[in-house]
Amino acid sequence: MDRIPILKLGDSLLVTIQVDITDRLAGRLQDDLMERIVATGARGVVIDISALDLVDSFMGRMLAGIADMSRILDAETVVVGMRPVVAITLVELGLTLPGVRTALSLEQGMATLDRVLAAARTGGDSGDADDLTDNPGN
Amino acid sequence: MARPPANGHRDEPLGAAVLAAEPVADPGRQLLARLLRERRGQVLQAWVQRQLANGAYRSGRVSEAEVRSESTVLLAAMQAAMARGGGSGVAEDAELAALLGSMSADRARQGYTPSETAVAVFSLKDALVAVLDEAYADDLAVLADAVRAMNAIVDGMGLQTFEAYTAGREAVLKSQQLSLLELSTPVVKLWDGIVAVPLIGTLDSGRSQTVMENLLQAIVDTGSQIAIIDITGVPMVDTLVAQHLLKTAAATRLMGADCIISGIRPQIAQTMVHLGVELGTVVTKATLADAFKVALRRVGADLSAVAGR
Repeated sequence: MDRIPILKLGDSLLVTIQVDITDRLAGRLQDDLMERIVATGARGVVIDISALDLVDSFMGRMLAGIADMSRILDAETVVVGMRPVVAITLVELGLTLPGVRTALSLEQGMATLDRVLAAARTGGDSGDADDLTDNPGN
Repeated sequence: MARPPANGHRDEPLGAAVLAAEPVADPGRQLLARLLRERRGQVLQAWVQRQLANGAYRSGRVSEAEVRSESTVLLAAMQAAMARGGGSGVAEDAELAALLGSMSADRARQGYTPSETAVAVFSLKDALVAVLDEAYADDLAVLADAVRAMNAIVDGMGLQTFEAYTAGREAVLKSQQLSLLELSTPVVKLWDGIVAVPLIGTLDSGRSQTVMENLLQAIVDTGSQIAIIDITGVPMVDTLVAQHLLKTAAATRLMGADCIISGIRPQIAQTMVHLGVELGTVVTKATLADAFKVALRRVGADLSAVAGR
């Protein structure tokens, strides 16, 4: 495989990474994705890495990079389906990906994206699950 | 190295343990081996007497017959090991070491301290010296050789009992540690989409790794969006523990779930601030109840009091 397919789903783009990603492939994915965001005017990007069980710091940086670049192009990125071993590895590498939204599954990722985009449309600032912190009953 | 039998003793085997010729050239060892062949009964008698004279046996935990049979077996094993042993390590002989190990374990079960066991073995020295003295008093050079060889062997045997004792203890500790680790990190499902880990006891690197792995796996298995880490039972939070908690929270977030840390006691909150520990963006709640309430709201469930209660 010399190219990772990017699927359009509503106003979101869906990328499923199912093979071990090489540096060249990653660079190409970034190029393709940015072009597609601009071409389709997509507002969200969902990256499914549930098939990935091996990551390195490069992979972590790539995910963070895609999120940052997409944000500049006014699209939100959600990484879904990260496996426990991958999460532990990234944390041990010191890559906590603070700018990247995450979700357990593709379904929840799409829901998160919908919520974020809806909040953005109504003028709310981030629409993230910040309701953990405000607790009027306390 | 044919030495004439001293004191007129015939060089004849004594007792059942007739052994092949000594492969070792050490004159002291040879002499010792011959002494054991010729006067094993005498040595045994002296040894048993000395063991019984030791304080440990006066309490009547072990009968004389038991001591005698045990000593007989040990002495025979030692003799066999000396016959087999090519190098210096008689006490490292597998059979003898196994015997000493089981002796050490038996005694430990009966409530003897490892020192008492070692003293019992060391009293063999005394017995051997007495018999050697009696047999070879006229040849001091030979006697010194034999005593030197005997010292090395019996010291090694005494140390073996110690080693076996420590190894036994270590095995017990390891298995306890393992079961503690398994017991101490349960992940409980509180609600659909909410899991919690009540942490009890000190968090070290090994444990926090287990906690992290268990929690992340539980998140995947249950598809939970919220993970609550309750540290009510953690006696002390220092920078290292905080680091572990932050890592777990970060990994949880990467998986796509939210992490709440609850059960921070007042003193711990104070300590954390004094230490300059920052939990950053991790949500913290004072009690598990508070955290649960927030988590319920987050997954779309609601709590309401039933009227009239």
